[in-house]
Amino acid sequence: MYTQALNTRETTTESSPDADRFQARIDAEERIEPNDWMPDAYRRSLVRQISQHAHSEVIGMLPEGNWITRAPSLRRKAALLAKVQDEGGHGLYLYSAAETLGVTREELQDQLLTGRARYSSIFNYPTLTWADIGTIGWLVDGAAIMNQIPLCRCSYGPYARAMIRVCREESFHQRQGFEIVLTLCRGTPEQKAMAQDALNRWWWPCLTMFGPPDTDSQHSDTSMQWKIKRFTNDALRQKFVDATVPQGHFLGLTFPDPDLHLDEATGHWQFGAIDWAEFRAVLAGNGPCNRERLEARRKAHDEGAWVRDAALAYAAKQRNAA
Amino acid sequence: MATTSIALDESPRIRTLLTLADDALILGHRLSEWTGHAPTLEEELALANIALDLIGQARALYQATGIDEDALAYLRDPHQFRNALAVELPNGDFAFTIVRLFLVSAASDAFWRGAVGADDPDIAAIAGKAEKETAYHVRHAADWLVRLGDGTAESHRRAQSALDALWPYTGELTASADRPAWLHAVGPVLQRATLTPPADGWMQSGGRQGRHTEHLGHLLAEMQVLPRTYPGATW
Repeated sequence: MYTQALNTRETTTESSPDADRFQARIDAEERIEPNDWMPDAYRRSLVRQISQHAHSEVIGMLPEGNWITRAPSLRRKAALLAKVQDEGGHGLYLYSAAETLGVTREELQDQLLTGRARYSSIFNYPTLTWADIGTIGWLVDGAAIMNQIPLCRCSYGPYARAMIRVCREESFHQRQGFEIVLTLCRGTPEQKAMAQDALNRWWWPCLTMFGPPDTDSQHSDTSMQWKIKRFTNDALRQKFVDATVPQGHFLGLTFPDPDLHLDEATGHWQFGAIDWAEFRAVLAGNGPCNRERLEARRKAHDEGAWVRDAALAYAAKQRNAA
Repeated sequence: MATTSIALDESPRIRTLLTLADDALILGHRLSEWTGHAPTLEEELALANIALDLIGQARALYQATGIDEDALAYLRDPHQFRNALAVELPNGDFAFTIVRLFLVSAASDAFWRGAVGADDPDIAAIAGKAEKETAYHVRHAADWLVRLGDGTAESHRRAQSALDALWPYTGELTASADRPAWLHAVGPVLQRATLTPPADGWMQSGGRQGRHTEHLGHLLAEMQVLPRTYPGATW
């Protein structure tokens, strides 16, 4: 396979003429392509980030998939199915983007299934009502867009190009989610209560989606220098809060944060303290659905093994016959 | 929308539309259950795609009745559904899902190709789109069926066992006059898949008359839960 050639290339970060040239290209806003020289740490960092992103898309199919069979109208059923299908598609081209860095999809999936890889903590929360489907679109996809729009200008070409399409679809999902919540908020008192309850449960976990505060983040500095990342966690989080709070007020919903207020001086919405202990617990595997999510993926993988074997066996027979 | 079941005065046209629509909706619903659980990521996308086509066909057909599509999907009781029994059976393993998709799509394919020139302008219009979609469903299912049948010993065993289990449900997939053509369509693929079609014997039927298996009630209980629980709500 084309990408396996990359595994054998010797690259070291000590080679300073290479490293200098590399950084100069980054500084000049050039895209780095798969066969270009890159520091090992840049490669590792990208593999980690892109595969986490791909895993998140695939795991993210589960909480929303939970409502496909119970979507309350045929229009909603088709839209939700299409949305979850989009997420599978994002997973697929993100795995492909990661493969350009010399790893295989199988290795990455193995890391996920054996619990060695991370995915977004948000998908370890349960979808308890239909309002969660709207709220995930509105808030989770909204937060994802804040994170991902800058990635369209990421220094690594295949990732940046994948993100252009991903972002276009995510923006559509975000609007679709908002429209579900809007319909609930304009509906019966039970529907409005459903929307409020969903906001209460999802708001704080969504704020942690941007990662730990800048003072704690391990990867931000080099990621910024390499233009894998262009804004800090805290800057993106603030941008999300500023964009989302007026939307929530338009819906007539109350954010579950008594400290939330508009700072007239800065024009930013100030929010209360995030429970980082919960975030760390969920990342460490102790969220409400961590075990179920991984178990569902392992089950699909294990139960699909005979199917993949059959496809390989058939392909081998065809090759031999040719 | 009320929560109580709707009463229908089924003209022959409405009955035809509901029969086609219910087949598409229930099979689409079953395929959508695979989302997040399919054997490969590519197949996740393919099954969801086929499910979307089928749900789209169901919507167009329900709309052609002039009755609210959601009332038809969400506020009928099991005995008011006209789908063939084959489509309501649980998914089983991937072999069962693929064998069913193949057998049902082969029947739909012949129907939609014929319906392109139908006198009913709604059915003819729907057929224009559905015949292309269904031709793809047949091709996708056939590709997998051949891989499974002619793959490993295990995949062959699973595919043959699915075929044996499903065969008695194929009697109501076509009008009896159309069965020879259907057998002629599925035969060569089964042969390529090294699978043996069971002899036509006793056929289980009843779906077209609203006499269903135990499975449809569970499927509908899940599908209809929100509109039934919250009367009058708009979603």
